[in-house]
Amino acid sequence: MKARNKRIIFILIGLCTVGAASAMITKAMQSNMAYLYAPESVMAGEVPKERLVRLGGLVKKGSLKRSDTSLDLSFVLTDNRGHEVTINYDRILPDLFKEEQSAVVKGKFDANNRFMAEEVLAKHDAEYMPPEVKDVLAKEHSYPGKKSTPSNAATTDKATYE
Amino acid sequence: MIPEIGHFALVLALVVAVVQSIFPMIGAATNNAQWIAMAKPTARAQFVLLTVSFACLMAAFLESDFSVLYVANNSNTFMPTIYKVSAVWGAHEGSLLLWVLILSVWAWLVSVFSKGISAVMLARVLSVMGMIGVGFLLFTLLTSNPFERQFPIPLQGRTLNPLLQDPGLAIHPPMLYMGYVGFSVAFAFAIAAMLGGKLDAAWARWARPWTNVAWVFLTIGIALGSWWAYYELGWGGWWFWDPVENASLMPWLVGTALIHSLAVAEKRAAFKSWTILLAIFAFSLSLLGTFLVRSGVLTSVHAFASDPERGLFILIFLVLVVGSSLILYAIRAPKIRSTGTFTVISREMGLLINNVALIAMTATVLLGTLYPLFIDALGLGKISVGPPYFNTIALPLGLVLFSAMGFGLFLRWKKDTKERVFAKVRWVLLFALLIGFLVPILFMEFFDWKAALGVALASWVSLTALLWVQEQGRSPFKLPLSVWGAAIAHIGMAVTVAGISLTSAYSTEKDVRLEQGQEYQMSGYSFLFNGVKEAKGPNYIAQRGEVVITRDGQEVATLYPEKRNYGPGTMPMTEAGIDGGFFRDLFIALGEPLGKDAWSVRLYHKPVVNWIWIGSALMGLGGLLAAFDKRYRRVRRRITESKVVEQSDTDVKGNEVTA
Repeated sequence: MKARNKRIIFILIGLCTVGAASAMITKAMQSNMAYLYAPESVMAGEVPKERLVRLGGLVKKGSLKRSDTSLDLSFVLTDNRGHEVTINYDRILPDLFKEEQSAVVKGKFDANNRFMAEEVLAKHDAEYMPPEVKDVLAKEHSYPGKKSTPSNAATTDKATYE
Repeated sequence: MIPEIGHFALVLALVVAVVQSIFPMIGAATNNAQWIAMAKPTARAQFVLLTVSFACLMAAFLESDFSVLYVANNSNTFMPTIYKVSAVWGAHEGSLLLWVLILSVWAWLVSVFSKGISAVMLARVLSVMGMIGVGFLLFTLLTSNPFERQFPIPLQGRTLNPLLQDPGLAIHPPMLYMGYVGFSVAFAFAIAAMLGGKLDAAWARWARPWTNVAWVFLTIGIALGSWWAYYELGWGGWWFWDPVENASLMPWLVGTALIHSLAVAEKRAAFKSWTILLAIFAFSLSLLGTFLVRSGVLTSVHAFASDPERGLFILIFLVLVVGSSLILYAIRAPKIRSTGTFTVISREMGLLINNVALIAMTATVLLGTLYPLFIDALGLGKISVGPPYFNTIALPLGLVLFSAMGFGLFLRWKKDTKERVFAKVRWVLLFALLIGFLVPILFMEFFDWKAALGVALASWVSLTALLWVQEQGRSPFKLPLSVWGAAIAHIGMAVTVAGISLTSAYSTEKDVRLEQGQEYQMSGYSFLFNGVKEAKGPNYIAQRGEVVITRDGQEVATLYPEKRNYGPGTMPMTEAGIDGGFFRDLFIALGEPLGKDAWSVRLYHKPVVNWIWIGSALMGLGGLLAAFDKRYRRVRRRITESKVVEQSDTDVKGNEVTA
């Protein structure tokens, strides 16, 4: 009888722990998940404000503007179909950041609808593009990019995130 | 010619692996002594063949034989010799060859250091390892042959990923693989024990030193990777919760749990089926890690070019291994009886808490790593899970784990009382809390409760470990190595925890725009930027900056952060300038030229960041000491003696000898 009571208590404690842990994990997950949006969705107003999101696309040619006195800068992400969104950033851009190359930015739209990036990720080399961005660009239109083939595996290894 | 020899040796190794996986296994089931005896020679032959194969690939690299596609893609004549060698495992194909080579090294070691193990058990263990070898050799030969030739032969090769042209990273993959693959030994022991139907303390005792050594390699491998990321990636972080980092952390967490539950399985005959399950999970997660890195399903620092065929192959292999071992487990588990009973206050309970906390951490990391993949596969959008998720969960679990670490050492097996344990550790507990509060107040600019908590836990864990060594009541030189191993590993964990908490809370990180001759004040140091000049390396051209750091008018260091260019087709590399120390690192990395002699520059002040890796090294040392404890050797001798007596008996019945 005593052993059975003990077992029941053990099971109850176990269930409570599991319940608490799941609740904690769900909450942590919800507040730290960042969905990826395309410039098109931004223009359609589908992106929530003041919530951590990611935007992916190509950096528009000639759109990178820097301040003369600080690190403040802005650039435009586009999808080559006329959809654009301006990104503001005040830290150091990754080595791989280049105009006309793909980039993913993480950050929030503020109340005035300005996108402030917390992090800029650039990943590419001559022929590579993050799968995520490729999908964004390929949506509805086929993207005329080159496919990564096994023979250039060695070079694509070099792609990195920063 | 040499590449063909290598290729041929690889094919032969596959044939031998097939023999190694089939005959000893059948022999063990049917008591065919000759077939059982095939286990050792085949394992050794495989080791020799794979060494030959690997040596051939290395020769191709050293000779810059660009007719081999893999060599041409990853090496050129200008590269320093050390990187020609490390380029062998610098990309997908070669790193797989390294994987199978290391598997054969482990199998060979098992075949050599197996004196106490019965022939039947050994046959099964080596056979299981052979099966894993068959899978990976097939994978290598069918989808990623490193010896593939190309025509026409290029005059010059490309280059090894510049990120990998670094001494730390030259040894990071072999270390990590030794760890990953090392868990295959514990896995093979677990499977063999289940097949034999004898799940007693013996298999746990055999598996313990092997698991320890594998864990040591994994610890060092992860630490090297993190250290490398810190000084080479150029933005001063040491852990990013990157999916591939997570992939290596998960086997480590489960491996740590396994080490502790093996102790219970051996000494108290409890946790038996749980330990088997952990052994299966540790290796499965290693395979999962390989799958995540190799398949390209993840976007990460490590993401090699994706090739769906390769991903599919590993996925199928993973499903086969996990599926079949879990089915075997499901059949055998009901028969496993854990005879050791224990009460709520006992060492078993302490280790249970350890296991539960570690497995909960693993589950959290697994969820955070795979969740984006599932969401994407279900077409629900593309998400990323940020580092705060992992940190939020790791904090409370770490609190539970590290609190238990201190008490656990003092608990007695089976039954103990709160009063007894508390009487031993109350002063240490008080002292640890005091240190936790005083360190931030006395040495830091402001009070941070997370840092205080971290320091308190670290002091608690290390002080209890020291007290425990003293409690043993013997001269420190006469203590068994395993006591020292446990204490040092615990202290190492504490040092790492202290490093993580302090550096996370008190690091200063500034991205600034500096013109030539401009000075910047930060954390009591003054950074004078003397501009950027061009400098030439053996196979790169660098933009080299000069920053003079002074404190109260005294020069502290002059650092030369670089931006390197390794030629066309490669990306620029950031080589940080670091003034390292025991109490703080000063870290400077060049950003980009902003025109008019101005550059963007990262200036970091990181207190005790090196403790993270010093702690890891201590953990490694501890694990190694424990693995080489006399106890395992003594037990082997004793088993050998008893084996001689039971020899005939064993041969007839095919039973394992139990010590």
